[in-house]
Amino acid sequence: MSAVALDPKTAPTFPMAAKAAMGDAQLRKNVRHATDVIQAKRARVVAEMPDWQDLREAGKQIRQHTMENLDFYLEEFEANCTRAGGVVHWARDAEEARRTIVSLVKASGSDEVIKIKSMTTEEIQLNSALEAAGVHPIETDLAELIIQLGEDRPSHIVVPALHKNRQQIREIFQRTMNLPELGDKPHDLADAARVFLREKFLRVKTGVSGANFLIAETGGVCIVESEGNGRMCLTLPETLIAVAGIDKVIPRYQDLEVLLQLLPRSATGERMNPYTSVWTGVDTADGPRVFHVVLMDNARTEILADEEARQTLNCIRCAACQNACPVYRQTGGHAYGSVYAGPIGAILTPQLQEMHHAQSLPYASSLCGACYEVCPVKINIPEVLIHLRNKVVKQKGLSAEALAMRTMGLIFRSERRFRAAQRLGRVAESPLAGKDGWIGWLPGLLGGWTQARDLQEMPKETFRDWWEKRGKNGN
Amino acid sequence: MATDMVTNSAREEVLRRIRAAKGGVANPEVALAGWNAVERRYKREATRSREAILEVLVDRLQDYDARVVRVMHVDVSSAALRMLTERGAKRMVVPRGLPAEWLPDGFEFVVDDGLPAAELDRVDGVITGATLAIAETGTVVLQNVAGQGRRAATLVPDYHLCVVRVEDVVETVPEAFGRLQATSGLATTFVSGPSATADIEMTRIKGVHGPRFLDVVLVG
Repeated sequence: MSAVALDPKTAPTFPMAAKAAMGDAQLRKNVRHATDVIQAKRARVVAEMPDWQDLREAGKQIRQHTMENLDFYLEEFEANCTRAGGVVHWARDAEEARRTIVSLVKASGSDEVIKIKSMTTEEIQLNSALEAAGVHPIETDLAELIIQLGEDRPSHIVVPALHKNRQQIREIFQRTMNLPELGDKPHDLADAARVFLREKFLRVKTGVSGANFLIAETGGVCIVESEGNGRMCLTLPETLIAVAGIDKVIPRYQDLEVLLQLLPRSATGERMNPYTSVWTGVDTADGPRVFHVVLMDNARTEILADEEARQTLNCIRCAACQNACPVYRQTGGHAYGSVYAGPIGAILTPQLQEMHHAQSLPYASSLCGACYEVCPVKINIPEVLIHLRNKVVKQKGLSAEALAMRTMGLIFRSERRFRAAQRLGRVAESPLAGKDGWIGWLPGLLGGWTQARDLQEMPKETFRDWWEKRGKNGN
Repeated sequence: MATDMVTNSAREEVLRRIRAAKGGVANPEVALAGWNAVERRYKREATRSREAILEVLVDRLQDYDARVVRVMHVDVSSAALRMLTERGAKRMVVPRGLPAEWLPDGFEFVVDDGLPAAELDRVDGVITGATLAIAETGTVVLQNVAGQGRRAATLVPDYHLCVVRVEDVVETVPEAFGRLQATSGLATTFVSGPSATADIEMTRIKGVHGPRFLDVVLVG
């Protein structure tokens, strides 16, 4: 069993969840430490690439080009994967994807599956659907195993257990693997996971994976990983089921020469991750004999239809934006109420909800642009954030805030009204200001300002008043 | 069949949504022209001398905790002898088509004829060749061809001894993909150092599920 899943439909708003997260000193320390480490590693391996900006530009253009021709490349992938012995399924939404995967697992005759880390399966809450159907999912990525055994939720796209430190992980493993003597050195913990999972790798006959890239030209699938758990799951079982968003397709095999340089350096700060696997359909002498791919929309076509936000789909899920984000680094991932946290989550999640939920996320940013700077495919996240804020405002219709802004506009357009408002403001604020000239509390909607900071009292005399007086006195 | 109908209608619906979203059906010629127009100003060719490339490869492999030795052709088996002895390996699995002259005397070599995973779990290690190696990233590329074998055989054993010929070493990732294009349909694994994880406090820990020990013999 797992904890209540991160579901944008039921999650509290970001400010509320963030406030709770900010009170957790341990969480903040863990997140800060982990993101500091990864940012330093990334900076080092990016700096040794004189052509990094050229790679980013090529990456951006490849992804943009793919989205512009998405139907063509998906059909090409389907044809080539099928020719090579794979079976391609399509799913309009999460529900259809879950149903398809569950029935494929059932058809494989297995009541347990070994899983490669996949945020797409997290997005569609596949594990609870499998459990409900009597199938036991076993997470094999170390971080996902920590999450599963700790009945926790992912907080980062690449390192889902980033919010846990080694002592906390040891406690989870001691308890769930029955290893009271387990040490807390990272090595001890990795060894424990190796022993715990090896027997499962050798025994379980069905594997479930996501995909980093689907190669249209060849019908091949690419999975990027570190531990070898991915290779185990995609090599040893008899049946392999991969689920991927329709955005994961790339045109050509050769495009990997760009994306496989951008992704590992951005994600884990490595020149290349330990293992990258590419396979095409079924090979009777090597690997699973049955291979399925589920191509899932789940609101991605909604994003595609919005020209200003379409670049959201270019994401290759490296999480560099999360590591760089001053907001994420304070709150950690859970506050975003979605498996996609941080800057990319702030634009992806509300759009995957077709703007019906998670409307507070586009505001979970100071628009500092750190995310844009590190994005390996140059997604202009601040631009999309503003675009989505605009959508949220329009959606709200005439709110109190919109009305206040409209009134402000009216006041600022006329000198007479502006002066009158200043006079009125001075009178209105006088009972609120302290002796030191600072206001610590404002009523109603204005209280949002004073929740986190004081407001300075307006000066007794405005610059204009002073200037006019000075003119009269002639000095 | 009912399920096929569901799948087909999902397929039609998703494609319809995509076409509606971007205003029409993609044209293959336009797609081809668009792909060709992608600006590829990044480094695609080698810029170092052959010797410098090999030095970079050795450096990067060692940086990721692989051990590397460089030998002449005739000395592969003696290098293998030293490495196997140091690793304490006695029983090794080998793929079909591995050059017999690479194998030293005094060890048991089991040819992989589709051994069950449990059998692979009981050998001390595996010896293979490689399709190529990428210097800049310290990567060895394996494919399921003669001399390299099935993916499971280089995965389940805890120790991998990989023989790389110097003529198969390229400097950059794009050069590697240029060479791999013709065999892009083969199952291909890019291996950069022994298995590792950074899932605990983002600290790289060597050795999780794949081989925890990787030795590379660079030949020529």
